[in-house]
Formats: sequence, structure tokens, C-alpha cells
Amino acid sequence: MSDQLKVPTMEQFMAEGKQPEILFWVGSAGSFDDRAKKITKAFVKILNKANVDFAVLGTEESCTGDVAKRAGNEFLFQMQAVMNIELLNGYEIKKIVTCDPHSYNCLKNEYPGLGGTYEVIHHTQFIQELIKNGRLTIEGNAFNGKRITFHDPCYLGRANNEYDAPRALLNTIKADVVEMKRSKSTALCCGAGGAQMFKEPEKGDKDINVLRTEDALKTSPNIIATGCPYCNTMMTDGIKSKEKEESIKVKDIAELIAESENL
Amino acid sequence: MDYISNILFAILLIVGVGFFVKNIKRLSRNIKLGKDVKVDDNKSLRWKNMAKIALGQTKMVVRPVAGFLHIIVYAGFIIINIEVFEIIIDGLFGTHRVLSFLGSFYNVLIGSFEILALLVIVSVVIFWIRRNVIKIKRFVKPEMEGWPKNDGNLILYIELLLMTLFLVMNAADYQLQLLDTPHYTKAGAFPISQFITSIFGDMSVSSLIIIERATWWLHIAGILFFLNYLYYSKHLHILLAFPNTYYGSVKPKGQFTNLDAVTKEVKLMMDPNADPFAAPAEDAPIPEKFGASDVQDLNWVQLLNAYSCTECGRCTSSCPANLTGKKLSPRKIMMDTRDRLEEVGKNIDANNGVFKDDGKQLLGDYISSEELWACTSCNACVEECPISIDPLSIIIDMRRYLVMEQSAAPTELNNMMSNIENNGAPWPYNQMDRLNWVKE
Repeated sequence: MSDQLKVPTMEQFMAEGKQPEILFWVGSAGSFDDRAKKITKAFVKILNKANVDFAVLGTEESCTGDVAKRAGNEFLFQMQAVMNIELLNGYEIKKIVTCDPHSYNCLKNEYPGLGGTYEVIHHTQFIQELIKNGRLTIEGNAFNGKRITFHDPCYLGRANNEYDAPRALLNTIKADVVEMKRSKSTALCCGAGGAQMFKEPEKGDKDINVLRTEDALKTSPNIIATGCPYCNTMMTDGIKSKEKEESIKVKDIAELIAESENL
Repeated sequence: MDYISNILFAILLIVGVGFFVKNIKRLSRNIKLGKDVKVDDNKSLRWKNMAKIALGQTKMVVRPVAGFLHIIVYAGFIIINIEVFEIIIDGLFGTHRVLSFLGSFYNVLIGSFEILALLVIVSVVIFWIRRNVIKIKRFVKPEMEGWPKNDGNLILYIELLLMTLFLVMNAADYQLQLLDTPHYTKAGAFPISQFITSIFGDMSVSSLIIIERATWWLHIAGILFFLNYLYYSKHLHILLAFPNTYYGSVKPKGQFTNLDAVTKEVKLMMDPNADPFAAPAEDAPIPEKFGASDVQDLNWVQLLNAYSCTECGRCTSSCPANLTGKKLSPRKIMMDTRDRLEEVGKNIDANNGVFKDDGKQLLGDYISSEELWACTSCNACVEECPISIDPLSIIIDMRRYLVMEQSAAPTELNNMMSNIENNGAPWPYNQMDRLNWVKE
């Protein structure tokens, strides 16, 4: 049903001498990972639907350096950060939204010390804002009464104390929100953080994403909701390892909203 | 009057407190081996954190059973110390129950001490059962074998002994009061110890006095011993929890420090006027080491963290790596840091105040890179710690050393990092393809 996505770049805004309301930081996963690209598109559909005046950096965007920093490569992180900050400050960016809690944390907390201070918000917070301001109305019933459990991303939850926005959105689509025993501040990591996404785990007796999937399965959910592209991959793999991919879907909150509204 | 006991008491007190002060000096010297760190910000928030977390025990009660029992022992520890004040005055001046002039308030005090003492005994017994009979998982991890396990039990035995001595002392005192013994002022309420007076049977006044005096001396000697045991045990938290929660991080947990030494290098690289072939000036300082391979590379708050750790293991029991059988245990990171710091401190003491290279370091000899690479940086350990210890910051500082000083990252991570360097993404995709998803 969706028409062509409208995704203007900062370059275009600049050429027209205009400034967008927000910059959408797509991130490397959101740009290149096949699963994460679907989240990116779902979020853009929401932005288009709510007529949000946004832009992306497009081919000018580069890795935030977050994952290098977590891996201990502070040098590479700061090189990336300084380059990105130069670009962002050049465009006079004030407000950034992103679907990736890792970019969110890095841009929000670690860029200011290097000269890049912006208002940074997570996409779940932004969508909640859109609904609150009446710019987006949720009417769909597709998830009415569906059991949905939310897996808190570490870098949104514990790292930045945002537990409410994702849950509030699940409530707006009338889902039956079920909590895992380990949730919010005691949520278990999906296993991807701290650069683990890019390496094999150390020797152990289980994979972290499998343990976390077991936590989720105990709530007998129809859907596991996430708010992070890496969590999404880990939970999807966990569900596959339990051979439950037919009955349980792993979806980003943005995808659920977009589906609910038939975007 | 016989002054010998007063003099003995004064000597005991001076030796006990003197030894304690000596250990505190050593402790503070060792902590100061760490690098300086800016902690003079957010003063009011820091005081609030200390009041809430250390004094108010808000994080202890997250686990209700242990939290509740801990509050009893904690309250017992603080409140019963009022009794120690009286003991010290009595000991120095040969008085007996000097505070009894407080009248009925004194009775309330002594009565509540007794009730607390009993509750402490009950709690300590439950703690012992949790460690030794139920063997709760976090108490039987590999890093708890040997001294850490014995240390934990020893603390419980000392607390049990001190409370028992206190109650037996009161019981003997009460019996002596009932027998109208001179010098034994009729004062205090004995809601608990009155039930143990029967063990004395028809004991003579002189025997009762011996018991009362013996338990009195053992009680105060035990307290002074415990005070000095702190430095050698995991129990320093009863003092250090307060500064530790004050100096704990006031930033969002996800925010890692930006290394200033690296910022300098990056700025130089980005400076178009800098001469890349310039030789460093003659008097140029040695470039700062990136990251941490030993305790001196950590900052002093991280070292304070290590001394404050009580080895409760809440961090480890919530660590995703540890829960899935990996070697990493955040508690072990703290214990290793302290053990190495103690070793460095002893080395300095043995070499006239200067550290002599002993061919060892925290990395490799205590903490393996396998442990460091298993961390997901999820902050569960930091969230769990009841006294604001941050094991994650040590892990990251050591990863920084591995990567920036030794290029010793796992191969897959090296690939990921060269991808970022070459094409601005952790995967080998061209930066020019970043917007392709729009058309797909």
C-alpha cells in the first residue's frame, strides 16, 4: 500500500536553503543489514505519514564509532566522532532521531565531550511525541489483545533509563503487554552489546541470545518486540534455534506501529 | 582504687585504634596509586546518592530477603555502637553503666540493643545457612573458593560471637543486680538476656562477676579485633560504602569516558598545519599509556571500588556472560583488582616506598583477555551493585590497552574495525551504498 518512500537528504535541504525539523540517523545496521533495513523503512513510513520534515545524511553518514569504542578502540571511535561532528555541525543539526539505541547513546552522551551537542532521541520516544502532539493517530486493531513482550535494549534501558516509551506505544496498539521476569532495569542483554555482535562468543555452556529467548518464551508471547536492530537479530536467531519462527515473530516497535496503521 | 584495669583498657584501646589508623593510612596510600579523576561535580546529587544508597540501603532491598536481613545487621551494627561508647567510658574511668543516669531512656536503649542483638544473631545464622547449606549459586562461584569463602564465614562467626558475648554479659550483670551486688548499678532492661540467667544456676557472686567481667572484656576486645580485621577482609564496605556511593558515577550508565590522551592525538591528526614527520621535541613528555594493564593505570575511584567490594556477587549473578557459563565474573574483576593492588602496596612497603617491577600485572596474571572479551557492556553488573561499584569501567579500560597498545583484539573485531576505517561501517559495504535501502 505504501507509495515510494520520501527520504530527502541533508544535501537537498542545504541546496534549497532549508533546515529539516529532525535528522534521522539511520546508522550502519539500518542502512546495510537486511533485517534492520525493514525497521528503517517502517520508521520512514511513520515519518511520512505524520508529515515530519526530516532528512538523512545518506552517503555522507558514517559509523558513529560506538562499536569501536565498546571494543576498546577509543582512537577509531574519536576519529569517526570528530568527522561526524564536523559534518553535523556544518549542517547546523540540532535534533537527531535514531532507531539504534547504540547510536542514540553514543550521539547523546559521548559526542558532546568532543564538540557535538545535539538533542538526541530514540525513535520510540519520537513516535510517542508524535502521538502526544496529535500528529499521528493510531486506530488500527491488528494487535488488539495480542500478547507482546518487550525486550529492553541495554543501551536504551539501563544505559539511559528509558523504559516507558516503548511500552506506551505497545499500549496504543492495544497489545496485551506481558513482562518477562527479567525486565526494565534487570533485563538480560540479548548478547550483542559490547561489540559481541561482530565476534564469536567466548567458551560457555549456552549462547546469551538463547537464554534471553527462553526468558521471552516463558511469557507465551505472540510477538517479541524490540527497539534495537541488534537485539532484533539476536532474538530472531534465538527464536529460530527454538524452532518457533512460525508462531512467534520478532518485530521492532516501529514495524508494529506501521503494520497496525497499514502503512 | 585499683587502676591496673583502667590502664590495661587504655593500652588495649590505643593499640586497637592505633593499628586501625595505620591500616587506614595504608589503604588510602594504595587508593592514591590510582590516576586522578574529576569527581568534584554534582555535589548535591552525590550527597543524595550516598544518603539514599549507602545510608538508606535502597539497592539492598531489590533482593528482599537478603536486603531485609542486611538492614537488621546494619541497624544492629550502628545502634549497638552506642553501647561501645559507654563501654569505653566505663573502661577508662572505672565506672559501671555510666549512662544509666538517663533513667528510663537508658532502659529503652539497653532493651532495644538486646532485641537487635537477637535479631542480628537470627540474621547471621540465616546468612550462614544461605552460604553453607543452601549454597546459593552466587556464593559458590570459582572465585569464592578458599580465603573468600572462609572470610565470609569468619565475619559471620565474629558477629555471632560479639552478639552472644553482649547478651551473656547483660545476663550476668542482671543477675548481679538482682543479688544487690555493690558497684552493679540497678539499671537497664533485659528483655532477652533475662531468659538466659538460668544458665548461671546458683553461681556465686564472685563467679558471676568473673563471667560479667570476662564477657565485658572479650566484647570490647572483639570489637577492636573486628575493626582491625576489616582491612584484611571483604568487610571494608561498612566504612567504604559511604565514600564509594558518593564518588560513584553520576552520568548515564551508557556514557563511557572519552580518553583525553586520544583526543590530543586525534586533534593533531586532524590538524592540517601539523607536520606529520616532525620529530618530537627533546623535552616532550612520554605519551600517556592508552588504557589499563595494571592497577596504577586505573583511576583512584576504581581502586576505591575494589576495596569496597563485599563479594556479594549480585553483579556476577546478573551478568549475561557468567549466566551462560563464560569465564567472566564482574565480582572477580573487582577481587583481582584489589588483590593486585595489595600486592603492589606490599611491594612498595618492602622497597622503601618505591614500586619495584615484579614482572607481574593485572592483565594476564590476574585477569585474562578471555574474561575481558566476554563482556557485553550491558551494565547489568553496575545496575546490581548495592554500593555503586563499576566493574564495567575496568573491563573497558583493559580492552583499551589490549586494542590500542597491543593490537590484541580478536580477529573478527579487527576485521570489523578495519571495515569502519575503510568504509565507515562495521561491515564491508561501500559508504556510497548507504542510501540504497530507499530504492530496494
